[in-house]
Amino acid sequence: MLATASGKKPILRIRPTKGWAALNLGELWSYRDLLWILVERNIKVIYKQTALGVVWVALQPLIAAAVLAVIAGRVAKLPSDETPHLLFVFCGFMIWNYFSQTAQRSSASLINNAQLVSKVYFPRMLIPLSHTFSTLVDFAVTLIMLFIFMAIYHVAPSFRLLAIPGFLFLTAMTATGVALWFSALSVKYRDTSYALPLVLQIWFWASAIIYPASMIDSARLQTIFALNPVVGFVEGFRWCVLGRSALNPTILWITVGMSFLALFTGAFFFRRVERTFADVI
Amino acid sequence: MSNTALSIHNLSKCYRIAHRAGYKTLHDELTTLPRRLISHIRGGGRATSETFWALKEVSFEVERGEALGIIGSNGAGKSTLLKILNRITEPTSGGVDLYGRVGALLEVGTGFHPELTGRENVFLNGAILGMTRAEIKEKFDEIVAFAEVERFLDTPVKRYSSGMYVRLAFAVAAHLDPEILLIDEVLAVGDAEFQKKCLAKMENVVAREGRTVVFISHDMDAICHLCSRCILLRQGAIASEGAATDVVATYLGGELDQAPTIDFARIRSDASLRSAGLHNDEGQAATSFNANEPIGLRCSFRVEREIEGLQFSFSVFNFKGNRIFYSPISMAKPAITVDRPGEYSVEALIPARLLLPGRYSITLALHTPKTRMYDLRRQALSFRIVATMGDRYDGFSGDELGQIFADVKWRRSEPEDRSSSEAIHSAASAS
Repeated sequence: MLATASGKKPILRIRPTKGWAALNLGELWSYRDLLWILVERNIKVIYKQTALGVVWVALQPLIAAAVLAVIAGRVAKLPSDETPHLLFVFCGFMIWNYFSQTAQRSSASLINNAQLVSKVYFPRMLIPLSHTFSTLVDFAVTLIMLFIFMAIYHVAPSFRLLAIPGFLFLTAMTATGVALWFSALSVKYRDTSYALPLVLQIWFWASAIIYPASMIDSARLQTIFALNPVVGFVEGFRWCVLGRSALNPTILWITVGMSFLALFTGAFFFRRVERTFADVI
Repeated sequence: MSNTALSIHNLSKCYRIAHRAGYKTLHDELTTLPRRLISHIRGGGRATSETFWALKEVSFEVERGEALGIIGSNGAGKSTLLKILNRITEPTSGGVDLYGRVGALLEVGTGFHPELTGRENVFLNGAILGMTRAEIKEKFDEIVAFAEVERFLDTPVKRYSSGMYVRLAFAVAAHLDPEILLIDEVLAVGDAEFQKKCLAKMENVVAREGRTVVFISHDMDAICHLCSRCILLRQGAIASEGAATDVVATYLGGELDQAPTIDFARIRSDASLRSAGLHNDEGQAATSFNANEPIGLRCSFRVEREIEGLQFSFSVFNFKGNRIFYSPISMAKPAITVDRPGEYSVEALIPARLLLPGRYSITLALHTPKTRMYDLRRQALSFRIVATMGDRYDGFSGDELGQIFADVKWRRSEPEDRSSSEAIHSAASAS
């Protein structure tokens, strides 16, 4: 290696890297201003040039939840842990909506920002990550609707509602993990964008959104069921709002574990393949 | 040595050229799996890809406060070098040590979002280029004043004229405050007035602020103007290094005499150029033309999917890097469209008696005007117009006497009487 006779240390060394890379959270933190500006951009771009703007964010989950509630309650006559069907389904659907919207938007984000990725350096993780935050606006709207529904159905708020941020945080972790996997894969394999909707569709039906997890009567099966962390989010949410759910400490710990697993594997995989993005995108 | 700002040692970058597009599909990966497994077991290795060294063992240092120019023909490794310095791509071997914060002035407008207003885009673009929100706020007024877009700050940039767009983009980038500034071909934007302003700004950065600059350009004039030292790259290695004027002379003296045809190996996007070539009136490949003969340009390209409004165009630049003219295929009569998927081969004929004797280069582009560039090959081809002894072009070389030859029709009416015997000339428009 060529020695620079100055005793000074370089601010930055550029070297080829191999294998697994460190997460480099410090660098991510130093770019936090860019993260917030990207979040702002995502939000503004979605609502500019839409006639109804924020109304869409409310309308879409409302109609979807209403249809699902009718199918689950009236047609399929599924149980709902003795709670109002609409409220029951809405609780599950709103957290699912946040999860799937985040996963979908951020998975496509690297390809949509190909020009940026191939021209400027910044931690690439910021692009998918920005959607984790901007989708929170949609979630906030559904949360307001939830409170309206609670008033209509005379469901008294309790201190359990304070646990909502905790479950939301876990959901965001998992969604980000999934998004990191898929966005990194989509750079190399373009048909990832076809695979994700299919994965999400199957995931939806496997996630106790229109039926209660309590329908599964064996405790052991329930534990296996909870390996899908979305089950934990949905049931956790119902516990916060309705006070009734299949949530137990085992399910809760599995959910927490799976959330961390999703985020960490996603982040490390992303870091590993990130270095070739500019060459293939 | 204690004043080093940037040191590069044995830097190499190798690309694997896939014979298909750069990205794959899961479907391909799965369907070709058996075949690849078999060839792997047989020890055939990677038969379907070859390697290409974009940079090979390049080493140099830049002192603090020095302006270094990097020149070379297409594919010499300039952009790859810049991409590595800018951390967009990683080197294959070797390394770079940077002794200061790096900022890049790349293709302007990177990261601009058409739906957002000018104000919002200043913050977005500034943050992407590495400024913090506080820094942008501090410089906001200066940026806006430089770009001369005060009145349109709250208009979405999609409504901006291309001139305004470029001015704003340059203004943001020019107000970066790095210790080491990387510049790639940004001076060729906007109208002449704005270009002058940009050049002055750059000079200011180099001369007065004493910052370290690495400047990559095809504009030999700007290189000589801004840089003291210059490096000439040829096929990924340093071919010449020294005083800017000497290296530029070396480059213009020999380097431009490249082959009359060129193949573009790497596929870049949904629409990509495949090959281009120049030929004379008889259809033979050539790089040297008589001023009295037309110049034929043949170019093939591939369009992967339907792209509305896609255009092929070329521009001819003179030896100083000034654009002499631009010609999009949409000017053809009858109309020619190239927006459907397929392999295209197009031919353009540059009329005879248009260009003055001298050296010229051709830049090729596949783009949807003002929205997206699919493939751009700067100075892909070059040619020379020679004056033949005794013809009308003798003495016209250089650009003191203009940029083009106007085939002006001259006429003199017969002198009527002795009192008005001077020749009356009327200039008709060139044919």
